[in-house]
Amino acid sequence: MREEYDIVVVGTGPSGSIAARYAAEKGVSVLMLEKDRDIGYPVRCGEAISKAGVEEFIAVDEKWISAKINKFALVSPDGTEASIDFGDAGYVLERKVFDYELAKSAANKGAVILTKAYVNGLLFDGDKVAGVKYEYRGEQKEVRAKVVIAADGVESRVGRWAGIQTYTDFRDMECCMQVTASNINIDPGTLYFYFGENIAPNGYLWVFPKSGGCANIGLGVSGIIGKKKSAQSYLNDFLNKNYPDAPVLTSFAGGVPSCPTLKKISAPGIMIAGDAARQVNPLSGGGIASGMIGGSIAGRVAAESVRMNKPDHIFSYDAEWNNRLGKRHETFNRIKNGIYNFSDDKFNNIAASFVKIPENKRSLRSLFTVALFNNPSLLIDIAKVFI
Amino acid sequence: MFRQAKTGILIIDINSDKCDLCGCCVGICPEDAIELKESEIFIIDERCTNCSKCIWSCPIEAIKLKKEGVAA
Repeated sequence: MREEYDIVVVGTGPSGSIAARYAAEKGVSVLMLEKDRDIGYPVRCGEAISKAGVEEFIAVDEKWISAKINKFALVSPDGTEASIDFGDAGYVLERKVFDYELAKSAANKGAVILTKAYVNGLLFDGDKVAGVKYEYRGEQKEVRAKVVIAADGVESRVGRWAGIQTYTDFRDMECCMQVTASNINIDPGTLYFYFGENIAPNGYLWVFPKSGGCANIGLGVSGIIGKKKSAQSYLNDFLNKNYPDAPVLTSFAGGVPSCPTLKKISAPGIMIAGDAARQVNPLSGGGIASGMIGGSIAGRVAAESVRMNKPDHIFSYDAEWNNRLGKRHETFNRIKNGIYNFSDDKFNNIAASFVKIPENKRSLRSLFTVALFNNPSLLIDIAKVFI
Repeated sequence: MFRQAKTGILIIDINSDKCDLCGCCVGICPEDAIELKESEIFIIDERCTNCSKCIWSCPIEAIKLKKEGVAA
């Protein structure tokens, strides 16, 4: 085991693996550290991703596709189902396989992977991060690096040790519970989103199809809701009402930071990417594609910095991210705050107006137009997304 | 004369049998007072302020305030 690498990546989720691959491709040495024994497991994820989001980073392979998606259905509190046809929209992944493949793609470019390696501290040269301390099979070890990329997920702490404020306000944390259940009789090409004060207040409940009649059924509620009733309790209510006899194959808790990206995602010797940097789309809660985009920028910029021997170059990561997605996420966050506070009546009205539009004319744009009539103050933010 | 109050202290307690190790509480902890490893979770006592945000953010109600040292 070497004692020094150009770049150390903490975390081997999609963001960490893509960061490692983009860096290794540029010919620098990369070490990836994963705290769990297995890459891609446990899967704390609804697993849906857009086609464009995934194809930017990996050639499509049937082995990690669980379902192909061409429709969204929004279900209002009174049960009205408003569906939108998207053509070739996206996939529900088999993350266990997908994450493995991404990590392998980084390894194929020369990155070294170490699992069961728990990072528990940073090394410093003065104020500059100069490596990580980690526990590996009962032994405390150290590895030096020119750049550390912290892609350590929602539970991220690595950035904090470098003095960056990374914790999420508990009101912005969507605390999630999900089961994968079988015998779920839904359209295998539709993502279902349920809204309502009694179903998933301040968030939504999802039913995403998987292969073989299975589905991921989960929801997220903000910490402020969790004060009164937990995500698990909301999910149990939904399952008892809608799928009381469905066999549950697996159940997981998880957290989605639904807020704009951290104000600062780089500091001397360290960059933060993915969920750790809060690079999640705050409106949808989707974080696979945006995490990979964040990781790709971080990995490339880190490698450039090493090759040019310019440590300060990594600070350009902040601006690159903000221009690519960060600013957009701020707008999404404002829309989220507008929409997720809608009352049940408002959701019902929107769905009732929306289903009157002929199916071939429905689009996200027309949905938002209908939503606008019910809440004109959203106009400015929605206009920003589409113009 | 002063005497010892009979209230004891409240401390944050994670039920490790219930905990799913999902990391919600670690992500929202303002004090960096929770340590999450592959299959273990700890409260770092000297940092925890009992603010209780972790209790509210736990999806499966695995965190509670527990009374410690309560006099009989």
